Amino acid sequence: MGKPKYTIGVTALNAIDSPGPGIPIIRALKQAASFDVRTIGLSYESLEPGVYMHDLVDKTYHIPYPSSGIDFLLERLTYINKQEKLDLIIPNFDAELFSFIKLEPELNALGIKLFLPSQEQFEERQKFNLPEFGEKYDILVPKSESIFQVNKLRELMKDFEWPVVVKGKFYDASIVYSENQFVTAFNKISSKWGTPVIVQEFIQGAEFNVTGLGDGKGNTIAVVPMRKQYITDKGKAWGGISIAEQYLLELTDKFISQTKWRGGFELELIKNKAGKFYLVEINPRMPAWIYLAIGVGQNIPEALTNLALGNKVEAFTKYKTGKMFIRYSWDMIVDLEEFEKISTTGEL
Amino acid sequence: MKIKQDVAVSDSGFVFNPTTGDSFSVNPIGMEIIKLMKEGKSMEEINKSVLENYNVEEKTIEKDLYDFIEMLGHYSLREENGQT
Repeated sequence: MGKPKYTIGVTALNAIDSPGPGIPIIRALKQAASFDVRTIGLSYESLEPGVYMHDLVDKTYHIPYPSSGIDFLLERLTYINKQEKLDLIIPNFDAELFSFIKLEPELNALGIKLFLPSQEQFEERQKFNLPEFGEKYDILVPKSESIFQVNKLRELMKDFEWPVVVKGKFYDASIVYSENQFVTAFNKISSKWGTPVIVQEFIQGAEFNVTGLGDGKGNTIAVVPMRKQYITDKGKAWGGISIAEQYLLELTDKFISQTKWRGGFELELIKNKAGKFYLVEINPRMPAWIYLAIGVGQNIPEALTNLALGNKVEAFTKYKTGKMFIRYSWDMIVDLEEFEKISTTGEL
Repeated sequence: MKIKQDVAVSDSGFVFNPTTGDSFSVNPIGMEIIKLMKEGKSMEEINKSVLENYNVEEKTIEKDLYDFIEMLGHYSLREENGQT
């Protein structure tokens, strides 16, 4: 009997300087041993590089921005599903996940599966809920507060010391050393991502990330820890190496078993000089460096697909340490007709 | 005095700690010392081995060996409960 062939929609085709995970996820799906795949790119912008990567993305459709509301998204996905008969969608932007979680019953009714955290899990790990999350699950997190107005700063600084990290609700973070820098960062971030803006204690140290997959019943299906080796000015890992830090493996097991996490995720941690790990962020989706997990023996997107489609999945038990990923940029030459087609018809 | 068993040392003297992701370069004598530590040799045995193979005074090698082993500890390459 041959392998099944699935049609899978994937978002975050923005393989740019601060890349989305869509392209590495598609690479992983194309390399899956247990199934063949037709990949459907779901894009927001005509210049997302993945739109033009025809060896990886079989067809792309524009979808509406989350700010347009879930009705428009459902309407568009219904249309796409009529053309493509999607088996699964893997959404990868923090800002769109809420809409997809909300639409899960409707999408299921169309025959489209998702494998996402519940709305409660999604909310609980929001950046502005991190202190409560740390307390509830006994995980060390940096002190942080959410503010809605810039004039709350003076009051807030009674409990903080400079520098502090200013973070957007979904993306963006700046380390600020003074009130002036804070006001600039607050205005920039709140105008882009809205409020609250999160003010977090600055922890100095080496940055570590963990990616993994929870089955929604408390079991760890996959876990790969990585240490960032090269960090861009946007704080993104440009190079990293798989490691065997036992504490990170135990922390991930604890995170999955206690929250019963469903889906892929990324934990961001900083190890201070005293050797203590602080959990600084929980991203409710696979990271842009997910391809390292495939490189060390854990095809997480493949396992996620099989879980979503009800296939039997064995938990991974090992991975190779000392494997590195090094990201690079690549210029494609694209005919104007392609850009014209995706821009005018929303399909390519 | 023990070096962590999972610390990897290549033939070119590249040392990788898979727990922390740190990597280092050591010279041929450093490589030899790490190799002897991995074999579970004592400080005296390592001292003796280096003295036999290199043209160096005993006092110098004692001090340099102590510094090197301290440095391995500083970079978390030694077992935490190991004796120096």
